[in-house]
Amino acid sequence: MEAISLQATGRSRRRLLVNRGAEILAIVAALLAVTVLAIVVGSVFARAFHSLTWDFFTKGPVIFGQTGGGISPAIVGTAMLVLIAMAISVPTGVLAAIFVSEFAPKKVGAQVRLWLDVLNGFPSIVIGIFVFVLAVKTKVPFLDIGHHQSAWAGGFALSIIMLPLVSRTTMEVLTLVPNSLREASYALGVSKWRTVLSVVLPSAIGGIVTGTTLAVARAAGETAPLLFTCSFASQFVTWDPSQPVSTIPFTIFSYSESPDPSLHGQAWAAAFVLIAFVLVTSLTARLLLDRSRRKLGQVQ
Amino acid sequence: MGKLRGVEVTAPPVTGLRRTRHALDRIGDRTLYVVTALAGFLSVLVVAAIIWQVVKGSWPAIKQFGISFVWNQTWNPVTSVFGAREYVLGTLITAFGAMLIAAPLSIAIGLFLSELAPPAIRGPIGSLVDMLAAVPSVVIGLWGIYVLIPFTFHDIEPWLHDWFGFTGIFGTPTTAGVFPAMLVLAIMATPITSSICRELFINVPRELEEAAIGLGATRWEMVKGVVVPNVKGGVVAGIVLGLGRALGEAIAVTQVIGNGTPLQLNIFKPGVTLASNLANQYSGAVSNLQVSALIYLGLILLVITFLANLVAQRIVLRFELQRTGGN
Repeated sequence: MEAISLQATGRSRRRLLVNRGAEILAIVAALLAVTVLAIVVGSVFARAFHSLTWDFFTKGPVIFGQTGGGISPAIVGTAMLVLIAMAISVPTGVLAAIFVSEFAPKKVGAQVRLWLDVLNGFPSIVIGIFVFVLAVKTKVPFLDIGHHQSAWAGGFALSIIMLPLVSRTTMEVLTLVPNSLREASYALGVSKWRTVLSVVLPSAIGGIVTGTTLAVARAAGETAPLLFTCSFASQFVTWDPSQPVSTIPFTIFSYSESPDPSLHGQAWAAAFVLIAFVLVTSLTARLLLDRSRRKLGQVQ
Repeated sequence: MGKLRGVEVTAPPVTGLRRTRHALDRIGDRTLYVVTALAGFLSVLVVAAIIWQVVKGSWPAIKQFGISFVWNQTWNPVTSVFGAREYVLGTLITAFGAMLIAAPLSIAIGLFLSELAPPAIRGPIGSLVDMLAAVPSVVIGLWGIYVLIPFTFHDIEPWLHDWFGFTGIFGTPTTAGVFPAMLVLAIMATPITSSICRELFINVPRELEEAAIGLGATRWEMVKGVVVPNVKGGVVAGIVLGLGRALGEAIAVTQVIGNGTPLQLNIFKPGVTLASNLANQYSGAVSNLQVSALIYLGLILLVITFLANLVAQRIVLRFELQRTGGN
């Protein structure tokens, strides 16, 4: 009796080979992306290592040519800008999200959502130009800012970067809050505004915190909006928001193009601080978001 | 007291509750509505305000040079003659070049994560690819200068030059240039496009995929014949969104592109883009007209990315509507 071969031949064999080739390409593509991330993070860690001293966090920059010194003014400055940006974008973003999910007619809500997405797609340098024309080049009436760069201007620019991120995440979580919760509250005779503030918002708080954290991670690393709004800073720690402050991303940017090689080490160390902050915050935020999504999913 | 389906009905008068509901709750409801509506309106208004202020800032240059600014080549601060052609072309070339690399890569990653990867590694790998988007652009740029450029200069560019040098596109290797800028932009656009592709592919109805497999198709034939055609528009939108990111990136590009004009056929040579030029010259502008011309560059960038985003968002919205049945 002749043995029947189970080996594919001819046309089937070719189809299987093509299939295998495509699968391998897809795996290689995914590996490539992960490898690039590993190389970026790895080279930052490796090159930052010898510059990460106690002085680096507590001292200001030194005069050109000297070694040592640190980025304490930039750490303070970035913290200040992020706080200003949060103070503007979080209330606006959360309220806008409440409007879309609780009050607005479907069509109006869709429009707000669309324009927030468009805003999210604007190049960040254009947002810097916007604030430059609005509040740096000209004087702002009533407020004591304008005509020069300031932490206010930089923080405002970052708040525009954060707004769509905060608002869209909050919207997404608010729509996950089950209607049965709202109806239970109405059935108890509670009015709409108290339902929103004491039932809907508290159950979505996890998502709001996550959205804010992700937005902070993004804003803390932005350089482009600060070039025109908050870049000519002093070398000392400043707490005055009406003056331009030094920031971590801008420090990396200017050190990276500096002719002084000792500053390159500082740039890597600053990049380490930034990347560690960004990766840790966005990783925790993502985990939190998954958890609060699951929690809301279970109520339904 | 009132009429219900034409029948007069009487009810005992409500006491107690009525007044409190009317006083505080009506004010509360109204206040919350007005405050939130205002915030929603403000968010939309920001978009209009950005466009208005950027037009306002570039107005002197618009008046001086008109629309021909967009295709005039000269950029000369000494004679105060400005034109954007080099920057517009540079922007389009780097961004499209980046997407030539990023688009196939993103689709492949999307397919890997939706069709191929075992569930256990699907989540972690997806998160890692998303993490790539979280790395600040200035860090990518720093890495580009000191790690990527030496690598492309010593290893990739000579190889490309040896094999494809005859085309003229891959000329003599140079350190900073358009090619590393394309690579950096591809790194930044890939997470955006691939995460959209993954979502789209995952949501292709399971029955369609199983039908293809049931008819004897291989996995690749199923992807080619069923999965991708089903969400073609969405994939295009994802690529356009990635392109929007690549068009608008300023910092990382200015760090690696070398900031040189004129544009050359050899992509290893330095170039310049709208955004990179803004990031490079933010402090160097001497005259008001030059500042205004720089802002005009920003306006062109804004218009390009605005159109790209609007188109992409509309397509994405249509897909979402399709998926959720209009809800």
